Amino acid sequence: MKLTKFLMASSALTLTAGLAVAQEATESPVAGEEMANEITIVSWGGAYQESQLKAYVEPYLAMNPDVSVTWDESSGEAVAGLRAQNEANNLTWDLVDVTAADAMRLCDEGLAMEIDIDEIAAPAPDGTSAADDFTEEMLVSDCFIPQIAYSYTFGYRNDVAEWNGNTPDDICDVFDLETFPGQRALEQRPHNNMEWALICDGVAMEDVYDVLETEEGQERAFAVLDRIKDQTVWWTAGADTPQLLADGEVVFGSTYNGRLFSAIVEQDQPIEMMWDTQSYDLDGWIIPAGLDEPTLNRVKDFLWFATDTQRLADQAKYISYGPARQSSAPLVGQHAELGVDMAPHMPTNPDNANNAFVQNYEWWADYRDDLDAKFQAWLAQ
Amino acid sequence: MAVASTDTAPMKPLRGPGFPIALTALAGLVLGYIAGNALGNGWLGALVGAAIGAAFAWAAAGPLADNRTAGRWAAIALIGVFLLLLGGVGGLVAGLLIGAVLSWIAYWLASGAYRKGVPAYATPGQVLWHNTFLFICGFIFFFLIAPIVVVIPLSFNAEDFFTFTPEMLALDPEGYSLKHYRDFFTSSDWQQAMWNSLKIAPVATILSVALGTLAAIGLSQSHVPFRRAIMAILISPMIVPLIISAAGMYFFYSRVGLQGTYWGIVLAHAALGIPFVIITVTATLVGFDRSLTRASANLGADPVTTFFRVQMPLILPGVISGGLFAFITSFDEVVVVLFVGSAGQKTLPWQMFIGLREQISPTILAVATILVTISILLLATLEILRRRSERLRGMSPG
Repeated sequence: MKLTKFLMASSALTLTAGLAVAQEATESPVAGEEMANEITIVSWGGAYQESQLKAYVEPYLAMNPDVSVTWDESSGEAVAGLRAQNEANNLTWDLVDVTAADAMRLCDEGLAMEIDIDEIAAPAPDGTSAADDFTEEMLVSDCFIPQIAYSYTFGYRNDVAEWNGNTPDDICDVFDLETFPGQRALEQRPHNNMEWALICDGVAMEDVYDVLETEEGQERAFAVLDRIKDQTVWWTAGADTPQLLADGEVVFGSTYNGRLFSAIVEQDQPIEMMWDTQSYDLDGWIIPAGLDEPTLNRVKDFLWFATDTQRLADQAKYISYGPARQSSAPLVGQHAELGVDMAPHMPTNPDNANNAFVQNYEWWADYRDDLDAKFQAWLAQ
Repeated sequence: MAVASTDTAPMKPLRGPGFPIALTALAGLVLGYIAGNALGNGWLGALVGAAIGAAFAWAAAGPLADNRTAGRWAAIALIGVFLLLLGGVGGLVAGLLIGAVLSWIAYWLASGAYRKGVPAYATPGQVLWHNTFLFICGFIFFFLIAPIVVVIPLSFNAEDFFTFTPEMLALDPEGYSLKHYRDFFTSSDWQQAMWNSLKIAPVATILSVALGTLAAIGLSQSHVPFRRAIMAILISPMIVPLIISAAGMYFFYSRVGLQGTYWGIVLAHAALGIPFVIITVTATLVGFDRSLTRASANLGADPVTTFFRVQMPLILPGVISGGLFAFITSFDEVVVVLFVGSAGQKTLPWQMFIGLREQISPTILAVATILVTISILLLATLEILRRRSERLRGMSPG
């Protein structure tokens, strides 16, 4: 669990370092070369894209008034989209925000450009190279430029009368319809759900993927999921669970922790967070392979700015995702509009992270197709 | 009705008072169950509702039979006040509605008005079927309209979720806001999307109308070879699943450099709109008298003059309604534009699609309300034009 250690270490810094001086951006290595002035950035939409816009796209546009950015909210179909564009020989995306697992697939297929992180991202203010600042644990693929660590976790309604004052604090409570009756919301994909089911069934976190490789292990996971199957709404978009929770349609549901933060803190809904066995994942940029020279220069110039220490720390003011650089952690402060301290809402905060789980994206890259099919078949039963 | 009208005596129900009482009580049971659930106890509500229904039916058949208006207002006021005491302002509104519905049912059954639509000699079975049929039609209508109607109050939600909040149900002004409309009119994303839609749809419509009208006129000439085959090909975009046309267009337009361009989307939407124009114009051409063009030619007009001065004014309603369909097709279309467009050409439906998937926000509902209003206006125009054309055709000598 190296990633956990890194995340814990960086958030411990957050708590001790206090306020630090905002860091000025440095000039990128491609400065002065010919650059395109229009770029299309692909991201996830919603609160996350908003945080990118505020933290580094708007400041970048302010420094480069000739440049215009077009957003495409297609990160969910990044792999399919880039395959189709490659097939049609018609590349329309210039910079794509993807999860670590998708970055690996795109890299393997040659659709994403292999990069040297030290040429793309600025060194930390204290001179540490980008590679050391991001650390090996974050740099999971040769094409991946990390931005944030986020987690899949659970939110529950705090006004359910049938729970008799009990509050869920253990992953097994998700599968316990006796103490916590009511509809659940789970993602309509096997990842995380299978792991959570096994952990609840008594499998130790470090053995989860060994067990999940076997037929019996998968049967075990499905058996646990069977307990709540007919009480579950299956979600596909990150916005579904907050909506279902706010509506009272479900009383318990998984989603990205930032979406729950937004529903709880910004929208003031009667929802609470359950951090137990939250599951970490990474998100970052890839550059599509085959960009022309001026566009590539512009993308590099933008990335140099957007992934530097201060900018990644700024992003955490708008959404409760942990910055991918170690040097950004001490600069994270309060929510930009609400003035709330962000540290207690970070998935990496020690109080929240004491029983966290790290998803194994490499394992999933190998087993995904097989388990996806089994999971869909199980759903249809 | 002819039989009934010779008899001026008021219609009397054929059965005893038990029948309307039982049926009204049943309606009261259902309404009471719904209201009871909202207040916390469904079955108690059902019981009370059934009792009130039975009482109404008894009153409507007996003491208040000849005083319909007073009886109905009394019923509405009674249930309104009753639910106001139990459920506040929201209860009052629900109570007024329930009172109106229940008292209408009571009088409808007690006065025998349910036999109005059928001949006096109809058997009870025929009367039953007639009314069942009306109810089925009513339900179909309800299920078609309800999802659209429910969106409208939700778009005035003060919260950022698709939820009827307790404040909204209590009709508290605090629970309502115009912020989602403000969001639509101030957000650059939504404004950009609206402008893109407004730039694409009219041009696509003009292209569809011009090409579709010419095609329809050409295909209605009996001497054109392979008429049916050509017609089938032109109409195919309407029949082939959209996703297939869209994927095909994506790869073809990518090769010829049209993918992601403004003209690419306009052409794609024009192709989707042409079948509508062809069909409506072909339909109006059926009623068009060809001897008029020959007469016009005989009087010395060339074909172009004949077309604009004689033929066009007569088929205009078909052309306009085809154009409206083409416009709505382009304005509502999301699949093709996702493939053929690039992120710079997001149209309104595309922006709504993103909104639904990535960030469920009632702004979508505000936009939906605006679009529904526009669609209603367009369809009303269409209907007025259709009536005008029917009137004109009725007046024409041929």
